[in-house]
Parts: sequence; structure tokens; C-alpha cells
Amino acid sequence: MENEKFEPKIVAFVCNWCTYTGADLAGTSRLKQQTNARLIRVPCTGRIDPVFIIKAFEKGADGVLVSGCHPNDCHYNTGNFHARRRWIFFRQLLDFVGIDSSRLYFSWVSASEGKKWVDVVDGVINSVRKKGRFNGYKRLNKETEIPVSAVDKL
Amino acid sequence: MKQLIDISKELFESKKVAYIIGYAEDKFKRVKPFVAHSSLDAETFVFNNYSVNNLSVYLTRLPKPKDGKIGIVAKGCDIKSIIALIQENQIKRDDVIIIGVNCNSVVNQIDEQFSKENTAIKCKYCQVRTPAHYDYLVGEIKEVELPEDKNFAIMQKLDSMSAEEKWNFWEAEFEKCVKCYACRQVCPLCYCEQCIVDKSMPRWIDSSATTKGNFAWNMIRAFHLSGRCIGCNECERACPADIPLSLLNRKMGMVAMNEFNYRHGTDINQPTLIGNYNVNDKEDFIM
Repeated sequence: MENEKFEPKIVAFVCNWCTYTGADLAGTSRLKQQTNARLIRVPCTGRIDPVFIIKAFEKGADGVLVSGCHPNDCHYNTGNFHARRRWIFFRQLLDFVGIDSSRLYFSWVSASEGKKWVDVVDGVINSVRKKGRFNGYKRLNKETEIPVSAVDKL
Repeated sequence: MKQLIDISKELFESKKVAYIIGYAEDKFKRVKPFVAHSSLDAETFVFNNYSVNNLSVYLTRLPKPKDGKIGIVAKGCDIKSIIALIQENQIKRDDVIIIGVNCNSVVNQIDEQFSKENTAIKCKYCQVRTPAHYDYLVGEIKEVELPEDKNFAIMQKLDSMSAEEKWNFWEAEFEKCVKCYACRQVCPLCYCEQCIVDKSMPRWIDSSATTKGNFAWNMIRAFHLSGRCIGCNECERACPADIPLSLLNRKMGMVAMNEFNYRHGTDINQPTLIGNYNVNDKEDFIM
């Protein structure tokens, strides 16, 4: 395991109306991008509860990307404004409890910005690759694993 | 506290209130929250340095009276949470009668003798010893001696630590959590009818008291109170595991102050920070 080349695992929460469509455009335009990001489509950035992000880190993500419509472009008019205010708090909370908030990336990508999406994803993946594996939860996850019984060890 | 008892009695006799939430001594002379339903009950009201509970938690928990208002005995810091509840549309200003009390600081460890060393840390920076908002005001202000703020040094130390050191610090603290949710039950601003931690489809936060689930719970609790916590520190007092929850709350309060110059629970007519937005909010962290 240790010798294996580190490939970061990125979870991307993207809004249905802008970034997901933008990522779709990148695909239909046949733009090349790295494939470490798993996209999760949500209706709006305002739908992203910070508990999603915590869950992603718990489940072994090395980085999380959150992306949605540009300000004033939200399909629901105000969703991204509400979300932005929450992130200001959430980033500093993550920093305070010891999860490096630089592993959490935010971006605005509109439906027509296929190229920008590719740049954002590649940038995030490269930067997480440099940072290395996120080890915080690794130790804690051991605690919840089912112990290997003596019979299995025989 | 003759003044307090007289006002309470008068409120009952003029039928203005259905009940008054206050403090009374039990048979072991310990000060406890007490709900008075008649002027006879009101005679047992007390207020002293041991009146530490934030009674505004009962405003959203007790049944609403059919006629009459709810009376409440409150210190300056408790009145901040009453104002916060009004700001968040949980109660109406006309439904409560606030009996404000001039507070001469409260005890930290409730089982021990009140002294300079045994004074709550929140009293150190208190700006509302004379409440800012009330219907009646009782008691008088005396000079008090206050201990040093131990938490401030811890905050500074934490800020200078690396991410890993901070993680280790909180891991050691959250390991102690037994998920009793006393911090939630005692919080006047945790009034959700169904808490996110009780939702099981899907289960977002591990319900067993593992360190991983404890991390998620304590982070989400602090996050849901960010920009809302008024700093009564009841969560920390109620915590059986002595987790320094006030550090988290205080950090979030500092963010609200630094980024938005906002303090919750100071003005009834001020719009809340979370739940409103400004198109010019900071976004230097967004690509």
C-alpha cells in the first residue's frame, strides 16, 4: 500500500444548473481532464450542508471541491449567496479543529465555462496530489472497524 | 430579593402572566430553575450568585399558555438569548415579560463555594451586567472581582498550532464525549424539533460515541450556532465530560465579529446574520 503511487480522491459537489452543465460541456467538447474527481450533483450550492463535506472527509476524500453558479446567476436567485456566507464560517471552523481548510476548494463555474471547469479540476487534483493523503480520519476510522477475530487469523 | 418577589406577585395578581420562570432554592438550599404558577409560588423566588442557569431555554420548551404571557427572570446574558429568539421569530416580544436582574457575576462550579476564583469565565467580558433590554429591572450593581480568563490563553495557543497539533488536541477532547446531547438540550438556541443528529435516513452523524462521530457532532453543533451563539456557556457547564465547547463557540463568534462586525442578540430589529446575505460578502477564497 505504502509503495503505491498516491492518487488523490476528490469529491466534487456541483450545482445542477451551472457547474454540472459546465462539466457536461467539457465532456461534449472532448476536453481532456484528470479523472480523480467524483462529481455529486446537487440542486444548488445552497443545498450543500457542511455535513456533506465532513462526511466526504470521513469516507476518505483527500480533497473536496464545491462549485456552483456565479453570484447573481443562481437558478434560485439567492442560493449561492446564502451558501457563500456559510462557507466563510465553515472554513474557519475546519481550520480550528485541525482539518486543513486548504483541502476544501470553492469555485464558480457557469454552464458555458467548460474550459474553466477543466482548469479548476486539474488545478485541484494537482494541488491535492502535492499535499498528499489526508490522514486525520484514518486513525479514527480504525476505531469503528470490526475487529478481526482470532478464528479468521488462523 | 424583595423587589423581585413583589413584582412577580403583582404580575400574578393583575393576571398579566400565566407563569413566571425563575430561580428557587430546593430543600438542600441549592438554587434551581423554578416555574411559579401563583403569587404563593412567587414568594420562593431567589436570585444570587448561584443563579447560573439560562432560563430562556424554557421559553421554547414549556407549553404555551392559553391566556396571559410568560414571565421570565433573566440576567443580562440570558436576555441576549431572549432577544436572539425574538430575532429568529421563535417567540414574540409581546408574549414575554422580562424581569431583568442586575447581575453581580455567577458561580463557575455550582457545587462549590462562590469566590473570585470560582467565577464563570463569561463574566469577565460581560457588558450587560445591567441588562440592555427589559420590562422590569431589579437588584443593584456591586463591585465584583473577576478571575483571569484562562480560555483566552488556550485560544491563542491553538491559533499558533499546526493543523495536526490542533487535530490531536481536539481528538483528545472529543474522545471524552459520550454523546449525551446535554449541550444541545441546555442550549436556548437549539430549538429544532428534529435535530440533524437524530435523523436516521440517511444517518449523517454516527450515533455511537466513537471519536469520528464525536468530531462530526461537535463540529456541526458549533457550526449550527455560528453567528448565533450568544455566549452563555451553558453547553460547557452542562457537559459531563468537560469538553471546552466554549472555545468552539467563541471562535465562531470571533469570525462573526471580524468578518461581519455582527453580534447576535443585541438588537430586536436587527436581521440575523445566517439566513440573510449581502451580495458584497467576502469571496477571496473562491476560485
